[in-house]
Amino acid sequence: MPDVSDYERIGVFGGVYSNHHALRTVLADAASQGVEKLFCLGDIGGFGPHPDRSAELLRQHEISTIQGNYDDSVGNALDDCQCGYTDPRDNAFAQISYDYTLSNTDPQHRAWMRDLPMHLRLRLGGQDVLLAHGSPRQVNEFLWESTTPDSFIERLLGEHQTDLLLLTHTGLHWNRLLPQAPGRGLVNVGAIGRPANDGDTAVWYSVLTWTGDVGAPVSVEARRVEYDHETLASEMRAERLPDEFVETILTGWWTTCLEILPAKERARGQL
Amino acid sequence: MSNSAIPVSSSAHRGPTLGFRGLDVLWLQVTGTVCNIACTHCFITCGPKNDSHPIMETQSVLDALEQARGLGVKEIYFTGGEPFLHPEILKLVEATLVHAPLSILTNALLLDDETCAGLARLERNSRYSLDLRVSVDGTTAEENDPIRGRHTFRRIMEGAHRLYRHGLNPVFTVTTVHAQYEGNEGRVQFLESLRELGFDRPRVKFIPPFHIGREEERGGAYPPGFQLSPGDLFEGEEQYLQCGSCRTVTAKGVYPCPILIEEDGARMASEIHDTLVPIELNHPACTTCHAEGFSCRT
Repeated sequence: MPDVSDYERIGVFGGVYSNHHALRTVLADAASQGVEKLFCLGDIGGFGPHPDRSAELLRQHEISTIQGNYDDSVGNALDDCQCGYTDPRDNAFAQISYDYTLSNTDPQHRAWMRDLPMHLRLRLGGQDVLLAHGSPRQVNEFLWESTTPDSFIERLLGEHQTDLLLLTHTGLHWNRLLPQAPGRGLVNVGAIGRPANDGDTAVWYSVLTWTGDVGAPVSVEARRVEYDHETLASEMRAERLPDEFVETILTGWWTTCLEILPAKERARGQL
Repeated sequence: MSNSAIPVSSSAHRGPTLGFRGLDVLWLQVTGTVCNIACTHCFITCGPKNDSHPIMETQSVLDALEQARGLGVKEIYFTGGEPFLHPEILKLVEATLVHAPLSILTNALLLDDETCAGLARLERNSRYSLDLRVSVDGTTAEENDPIRGRHTFRRIMEGAHRLYRHGLNPVFTVTTVHAQYEGNEGRVQFLESLRELGFDRPRVKFIPPFHIGREEERGGAYPPGFQLSPGDLFEGEEQYLQCGSCRTVTAKGVYPCPILIEEDGARMASEIHDTLVPIELNHPACTTCHAEGFSCRT
């Protein structure tokens, strides 16, 4: 394994979805939390307005970023976002979002997205950490809390030779540190681009800290971040993005992408 | 255990090899081919008189679950036949939900209030999702009943409403034997019809017909030569074809997928451990999954 950087406190976010207002707030919040390094797990564009603004922020602040399915699509000008939806309504909305994002992303940013790595490895204290977008084996794999058993997490950790997996892609944050294996587990850092389908307009990212405790060597804090969602909604309207997207930003409830939710996650939502 | 590809049927045709990426999905044919109805499109010809694959012993199901857990399985599916004909179905649901998410494919005809309440209790007490996949073939009795039997539409809806009232939002599973549900417009209309029937957060999965079993008589058999050949799969297709990461266990052994359990030569072995190898897709039904990009998963 190549040399990897070692940290004791990191911030990790994903699913920016062109929400440059939330991204600015997360950058400030992470600085206030004393994280040594911030990482982005991909899906920079989509859903929101002015995709270049998020790409510029990430590059300006030299955030270590990996490639999500959206970045692969935009970077390589593919036909669609490869989001993995099955519902025709979801696919129709996804296409509107993708066409807007592709046509409003500067070629320089597209070239940058095209060359982003798909994985990153680092060490957090004594633990090996692997960063990926959906899963380490498939960029658009959805790993939800209610459909990811402990035994499957153990299998992924073993197959990919790591202690911790840090992922996004679902848009919902959750984590599970395996009780029988201190410091091993999976953290879905959630998304900062849109709320977590809970009626709250805030978004989420994660801070991981090496504690060194034998029984719990890593702590995971899901951080709730309020940002200027009303200004974002105004920009989305001005760009004529779908009212359904704006409604999600203003209410905290998802109005699209519902078909992909497993039973438990779907039951927690409004639609 | 050999690593050479096992053909999924006894056909002499040589199909493409599909790698195996690990056991993500375990299908359990808990009631085999035993069903309380006999749908005209059933690809494994289930019915009250077909015990070609008999009901599984409870301990056999539990053993398969334990093996799958040891292999890092991600999802479990119960199917049949009709799973709620199993005398210990709630015990099996409870044992599964301790360790993994579960989907049950049912026709909903046996879902009384007591069973729905039991399922809802088990779902609430589990960290993992429980999905009920309710099969129906239209949004009216006129569409559904010629396929699934007289008066079944009304009874299916009654069972689905019971689930809904107990907080379990079913996934309606529709085989696209009616042409209007093959396209997006018809599928959106199907969702709207479910809302009108009282399911205000409708969930739907559409399944293409497989031209084997009883469907061979209803919709016609696969034409001669309708098989995949080496080189037909696209790069990375094992991520999307479910048989690249699933196996099906019945009372008679282990099979590559739930579609092929009645096909000659599809039985791979007695034990799951002996089936974790590449397969050769040489059955016509494999072409349906490949061409439609179809997966049986919820």
